Amino acid sequence: MEDFGYIVDTLFALFAMTLIVFMVPGFAMLEAGLVRTKNVTSVLTVNTMIYAVASMMFLLVGYELAFGSWENSGMSIYAAFLFQMAFVGKTVNIMSGGVSERVRILPIALFTVLMGGLIYPLVVNVSWGADLLAGTMLDLQMYDLAGSTVIHSTGGWALLAAIMIMGPRKGRYKDGKIHVIPASNIPLVVLGALLLWIGWFGFNGGSVGSIASKENADTVALTIMNTNTAGLAGALIAGIFMYLRYRKFDITMILNGALGGLVAITAGPDLYDTHTPIFIGAIGGALVVFAVPLFDKLKLDDPVGALSVHLVNGIWGTLAVGIFAAEPEAGITLLGQLKGIAVVAVFVFTVSYAAIYIINKFLPFRAGDDEQVEGLDVTECGLEAYPEFKRAF
Amino acid sequence: MKKVEAIIKPFRLEEVKDALAQIGITGMTVSEVKGYGRQKGHSELYRGAEYVVDFLPKIKVELVVDDEQLEQVLDTITEAARTGKIGDGKIFVSGIEKVIRIRTGETGSEAI
Repeated sequence: MEDFGYIVDTLFALFAMTLIVFMVPGFAMLEAGLVRTKNVTSVLTVNTMIYAVASMMFLLVGYELAFGSWENSGMSIYAAFLFQMAFVGKTVNIMSGGVSERVRILPIALFTVLMGGLIYPLVVNVSWGADLLAGTMLDLQMYDLAGSTVIHSTGGWALLAAIMIMGPRKGRYKDGKIHVIPASNIPLVVLGALLLWIGWFGFNGGSVGSIASKENADTVALTIMNTNTAGLAGALIAGIFMYLRYRKFDITMILNGALGGLVAITAGPDLYDTHTPIFIGAIGGALVVFAVPLFDKLKLDDPVGALSVHLVNGIWGTLAVGIFAAEPEAGITLLGQLKGIAVVAVFVFTVSYAAIYIINKFLPFRAGDDEQVEGLDVTECGLEAYPEFKRAF
Repeated sequence: MKKVEAIIKPFRLEEVKDALAQIGITGMTVSEVKGYGRQKGHSELYRGAEYVVDFLPKIKVELVVDDEQLEQVLDTITEAARTGKIGDGKIFVSGIEKVIRIRTGETGSEAI
């Protein structure tokens, strides 16, 4: 029975990995629902390609760059790899969603090679992995269990760089006015967001790393409970704020609020008591309601709200650990959290901006105006998601 | 023979259809259309930003009738489609040169 812990933890990692991979269809459906019908195939193709390219790059170079080796005594090395691999695509998923309806597939796939093989693995290296900054001034003291900063704001910073270089969708801002482009399929948005929500249980729960003892089992269960609580609070507060401010319940914002709460809890779901996540998730949901119109005012066109959900709440969630769970003796301080946010921000934003800027010179990220009018399904994929006019017999 | 095209509110379709059946109209063609008249559109809210929906959903009913039945048909549609609120719609009448029933080849009034 001495293998028991090894076997249970391997099973646990494989189960968590499966839940996380369920976030791939989650992102895909969320984005497919939030864009216009003429861009749905293109969005789905990007989502599929990103998963394949990023994960393959992580297998080829990323995992070793992040962790130094494949050694793992607690569980099967393959399970340990698969669990880490499941995260990689998420960083690019976050980024690609925000540039939907105008991004071309080839340049984003090329950037994904860099993101999955270099940028994300380096962020992991200095936070969870081999730590090449150890002993230097920049050595990170940040606590980030499942990646409010390492994954969510990493994707968010890359997205900000991409949006700044690519500009908005054609016709989105006309004569200084915001032109609304409504979602095409609300049921898909709901399906996608709730798939993401469920995937989060593996995302955060699995990040505890082990379930093979009574204490660890408790920590995993608490982590998943707190994750869910923050999502509930985010959805509730987004719904309440939307109603108070606009007298309307916008389901797309309520779901963004839930996801905002989930991102916010991700840095420290194992550290809080059972009620603190209500505050953290609620603030996360409220931030989304205010950030979405704010980014619009700044003319940063983000069809799915990824900046508000992942970047803003990635930062808030990492800070929240410093505010609600600071333990100086364990090395968790607000200052340490701030430093982690800043180092990752500067690194990811600079490298992403440079990479996207250079790729953009040779392979423009942004589809031309005519291509956008016709729809990327036709120009990029040659396959419309909904080819029939209404109902065909 | 005249063609009657009535643009009506979608939820009045059943009433219009039943009222026309009552006076012996045996067929019609309907389509979902969008449009606006004096009532203009309305504004909706999406992710915290307002936008104006110009074109409202309407139903277009098309039928061809004999000249002597025309007035009765127009009265029936007007009465059945009316709600009294703005946006009730319009009826257009135009002349028809020829009608052919595809199955039998009948023409004119026989084919209506």
